[in-house]
Amino acid sequence: MKIDRMLSQLSEWLLGNGPENDIVISSRIRLARNLSGFPFMTRATERDRKSIREAVRSAVLEIFKPDSFYFVDLDSLDSLDRNYLWERQLISRELVETEGACAVLIDRNEKFCIMVNEEDHLRIHGMTSGFDPEKIWSRINEVDDKLEERLHYVFHNKYGYLTACPTNVGTGMRVSVMLHLPALVVSKEIDKVFRSLQKVNLAVRGIYGEGSQPVGDFYQISNQVTLGRTEKELIEKISDIVPQIVAYERQAREFLLRERHEIILDRCSRAMGLLKTARTISSIETMHHLSSLRLGINMGLLNEPDIPVVNNLFLNTQPAHLQKHNGNELSQTERDIARAKYLRHKLDEK
Amino acid sequence: MKCQKCEKAATFHITELTGPKPLEHHLCEEHAREYLNNSAEQHDTASSLTTTLSQGMAKQMSANKVAAELKELDQQTCPVCGISFYDFRSRGRLGCPNDYDCFSKQMDALIINIHGVQEHIGKTPKHIEHQSNHRTLLIKLRRDLNEAVRLEEYERASQLRDQIKEIETE
Repeated sequence: MKIDRMLSQLSEWLLGNGPENDIVISSRIRLARNLSGFPFMTRATERDRKSIREAVRSAVLEIFKPDSFYFVDLDSLDSLDRNYLWERQLISRELVETEGACAVLIDRNEKFCIMVNEEDHLRIHGMTSGFDPEKIWSRINEVDDKLEERLHYVFHNKYGYLTACPTNVGTGMRVSVMLHLPALVVSKEIDKVFRSLQKVNLAVRGIYGEGSQPVGDFYQISNQVTLGRTEKELIEKISDIVPQIVAYERQAREFLLRERHEIILDRCSRAMGLLKTARTISSIETMHHLSSLRLGINMGLLNEPDIPVVNNLFLNTQPAHLQKHNGNELSQTERDIARAKYLRHKLDEK
Repeated sequence: MKCQKCEKAATFHITELTGPKPLEHHLCEEHAREYLNNSAEQHDTASSLTTTLSQGMAKQMSANKVAAELKELDQQTCPVCGISFYDFRSRGRLGCPNDYDCFSKQMDALIINIHGVQEHIGKTPKHIEHQSNHRTLLIKLRRDLNEAVRLEEYERASQLRDQIKEIETE
């Protein structure tokens, strides 16, 4: 299976480089687009779904070099492979569960992907490690321009790009930034941050997007309003707020180092000890301890491993990744044992 | 009739259609507003759209008209994709681009409530669709084709296929 080749590489958004990468894991921009002449997905027949997919397939074949991307028909994948793509944030939960014809185009370097027949006909996503929404915007704006030359987008004089849900209408754009905020969580300052974000109309979610719970102190913040602002303004709004949150988290880290040194060192050391010795461990517990590890490394309390290694552990200990590495499906109990074994092995390497 | 929650006269009559059975509420203006505000927190996204919509409309007209208006609006159906406004507000998703125009009154109120404004000022495609009526017709034709195939009306299906092809190649 061609997507298996991705197993040996780290997704662009997890490289652990890019601006503010000690706190900002990754930035992401999504554009929602629909093709004219077709109903939205709620009313699309299987015939419509296939026609949309073929229209997109032939457009992307003209645009991109054949060896630069994978175009995967998701209905030909089993549930494990779909979950694997979801864990890499290349498809949404909705596409994991969709039954009809749907697809995803994945850039070989995982710098962008295009979901086909999700809530909208097209969802163009760009992602990068660290805080750099401008870089993503220039990349996916170009992809969008090229697609638009070959596909008929639905565009309304007043409302702009039309979408299946009116919450996305206008630019169809969602800018989101994934932040690691363990010190704000420990110092119980996180609620204050959320309240101030809500006041300025920004949404806060867990690591895997809409409806997901925050795990491992990861939070995703994004714009709620998509209409009546230019794309640049939407990016600027997030760009104004993120540095403030980053500064706030850094302050909280400094406070912990100064005033709670032993307590925080204890948390990080215990996390390392647990991950190195556990014989069975759940994915949530793993995320929790990896979060402490990441904090300890960034605060200079732990010397190893490197951040990209920790990022890799986050991804590779997710259920589908673990099973793909293992080469076969595993029950939950088997997964917890395999996860512990993997962690012991990886953390003892150095 | 008295308000179900206080001694005041009930001026707001709501029929809740989201559950298995229609639920009637008779409330005074104050409690009606409270009801509309609370339901946003209790329900999922789909029904909170209803609340957003009712709140948007409530700003524009007196509260006791809202329920009646909503009920009437619910019956409206898009001639292109066949979705009713009730379908939209219970699922939270529209059926086709034409819905934005066909439910324009409701959409205006809803969009103002979500985004605070109604006009797009961002990116515009370089090639704006000039044949947009034709493209909308395509949706209708595709739907008719599907129906014709289902009913095994092959002659009609073949005519529809020709019409679709003609528009597609324009």
